[in-house]
Amino acid sequence: MAFFEMVKTALRTVLQKPVTILYPAQAAKKTPLTRGHVVQDGSRCISCSICVKKCPSQAILLNKEAKTWQIDRFRCVVCNSCVDTCPTKCLSMDTQYTAPAVTKGVETFPITYVKPAKPEKKEETK
Amino acid sequence: MSKRIIVPFGPQHPVLPEPIHLDLVLEDEKVVDVLPSIGYIHRGFEKLVEKREFTEYVYIAERTCGICSFVHGATYCQGIEEIMKIDVPERAEYLRVIWSEFSRLHSHLLWLGLFADSFGFENLFMGAWKTRERVLDFMEETTGGRVIQGTSKIGGVRRDISSEKLDAMVKDLDSLDREMKELTTVFLHDNSVQHRLRNVGIISRDDAYHLGAVGPTARGSGVAIDARKLGYGAYDRLNVPVVTDSCGDCYSRCAVRAKELFTSTDLIRQAVKKIPEGPIDVKVTGAPDGEYFMRAEQPRGELVHYLKGNGTKFLVRSRIRTPTLTNIPPLIKMLQGCDLADVPVIVLSIDPCISCTER
Repeated sequence: MAFFEMVKTALRTVLQKPVTILYPAQAAKKTPLTRGHVVQDGSRCISCSICVKKCPSQAILLNKEAKTWQIDRFRCVVCNSCVDTCPTKCLSMDTQYTAPAVTKGVETFPITYVKPAKPEKKEETK
Repeated sequence: MSKRIIVPFGPQHPVLPEPIHLDLVLEDEKVVDVLPSIGYIHRGFEKLVEKREFTEYVYIAERTCGICSFVHGATYCQGIEEIMKIDVPERAEYLRVIWSEFSRLHSHLLWLGLFADSFGFENLFMGAWKTRERVLDFMEETTGGRVIQGTSKIGGVRRDISSEKLDAMVKDLDSLDREMKELTTVFLHDNSVQHRLRNVGIISRDDAYHLGAVGPTARGSGVAIDARKLGYGAYDRLNVPVVTDSCGDCYSRCAVRAKELFTSTDLIRQAVKKIPEGPIDVKVTGAPDGEYFMRAEQPRGELVHYLKGNGTKFLVRSRIRTPTLTNIPPLIKMLQGCDLADVPVIVLSIDPCISCTER
């Protein structure tokens, strides 16, 4: 049984600098592994749609005809599943969280990847 | 006999972090009976198992709870691994233990803060959450997520922790221990805290056992049950002390959790000492065919994941029984006979996690 157990801690915190930061004026603490948001590089995307199948929250939509890759940031749970499974590594994880938004919507990225032409076979002559 | 009245408590109440509704039957200021009802945040996770591949369901299983998320994900993975007879690399098992124990630290510190808030000790609440922030920082450095770690996968873990990082972490644990020691001294020895918690919400050992209390709620009444003693994962190679207290009141439940903080840091130290080098995952082929009942110790008590597969990529059935569900009958027993003013403290003392309970 004791009294004033908290006094030492309380006095120390009075003399210390605040432990909180003034976000967003001051940047939030980040680590190299922090999962912020998914970024797509359209120049390397081969439209294999593995990311669409592997997404647990069905946030990704790929349109092969229109050549677009869409992500719904409100559905995305930032699990890193698509980044792990992407065969061409065109998806990456940015450490910054997405900015607050007032309307729901999807973010569209164009796919600019062009399949390299196959080298023509030389006709064999007899 | 005085007139009986019913006072509704919750689902929206300043002390409740999550919605549960209790109809308190009062006689004057005394609670004579309690009628609980849940069902405010049902999300249908168990049905979703039929629509998502079993490998992707890990991320969903992890989101069952916002506090003990890692344990949910790891328990689901262990269940599937048992069905598919996958041998998980030893390093992955140890890493799971390390993250599970960090989860426990984070959950208990969060609870100690909320509990301090429930009996009106605002400064202590801030102190507990300040310490918790250090645990969350470690989580973010090693997994990339503060609360949802997402590092467990079927066949192992997704991320490794380098040995330098593990050594640095163990050094850091000493100062964390000192900080927690200072914090728990207030909970365990301060006069005003004891005055508020002693002899409040008493449940006897027999009642706790027969009503199915689990975790710190049971251990606070002297029932020494801990699912970690089953030896799943790497726990069979570690010395797991079971903390118990015999009084069965709110103070005992608080003391059990406060002391468990130190057993968790001790387990992390043991795991770091024993962790072997090697791979962190194995390749998984095929689909689960069969059923398994996986039990694991969550910060709140024993968690059960029942999983059933039929050889396809989609599971047939998943059933999650969370510790809060089994702790509700003992809670009712605790509330019977208490004062109305003690209800918030008693409800918080079982560490209710309603979103887990309703899934």
